[in-house]
Amino acid sequence: MADFLVWVVWFVAAFACLASALAVVSFSNPFYSALSLIGNLASLAVLFLLLSGEFVAAGQLLVYGGAVMVMFLFVIAYLGDRTGESPWSGGPSWQIVGAVLAGGAILAEVCVVVGMQAGGFLTKPQHITRAFGSPEAIGRLFLTDHLIAFEVTSIVLLVAAVGGVVLGSHARKIEGDART
Amino acid sequence: MHGPDIQWYVILAGLLFSIGALGVMLRRNPLIILLSVEIMLNSANLLLIAFSRLHGREDGQIFAISVMAVAASEVVVGLGLIVAMGRRHVELDVDKLRTLRG
Repeated sequence: MADFLVWVVWFVAAFACLASALAVVSFSNPFYSALSLIGNLASLAVLFLLLSGEFVAAGQLLVYGGAVMVMFLFVIAYLGDRTGESPWSGGPSWQIVGAVLAGGAILAEVCVVVGMQAGGFLTKPQHITRAFGSPEAIGRLFLTDHLIAFEVTSIVLLVAAVGGVVLGSHARKIEGDART
Repeated sequence: MHGPDIQWYVILAGLLFSIGALGVMLRRNPLIILLSVEIMLNSANLLLIAFSRLHGREDGQIFAISVMAVAASEVVVGLGLIVAMGRRHVELDVDKLRTLRG
């Protein structure tokens, strides 16, 4: 019974995931695209929960669905609708053909790997304890085995913040020059 | 492990990655290209977490959290560039940005 319920939840989440990803790519208005990406992130968080990654699911909703998407929506609202892109009409046709071929190639590779079962590595899931993926386990790993990754991540975030400030101040200077 | 096997997750992640790659290659609005890159990063995250569950070790989840931090930094820099473009009153179309092109 539990197995059946998990299958139902998985299919609903996977369908929502694919549908919202297609919506992100095909909406012409970036505002609607950003809104459907929030749906994509939320359904991915459901899949993470099914894979017993509770901490990552919570982080996904907080960091992506909260902070990053608010930033996106703020920038889209700030810039307004000024692209005039009609998504599927412009561009040379060989570009579209090449893109579809490349996307199909990626998908075919994935299906071949799955079909070959990757040498039997894909069949037997390990048994796990209840603490798998809990904040405590993740935090312990971060501060013992993966300490360098943790520290490097903080440096990456610092560099990105400095880069954002520099880009913003540079743009403001150009705008000031244009006014005077 | 209740529910679907790892193969289902791999195929779902492949579909998501292909959709994101199509968005990056076909769309010309830089905002939507950034959103499609987010889809691709998230499909990679899904695979990392699925395989960390398969092998019963949390290292994949650590990797996924690092990927999320890198994605957040990428969004900051990309949106900074787009805002700079917007302040210069450049049309938001990556096919029309020719200054850096050889």
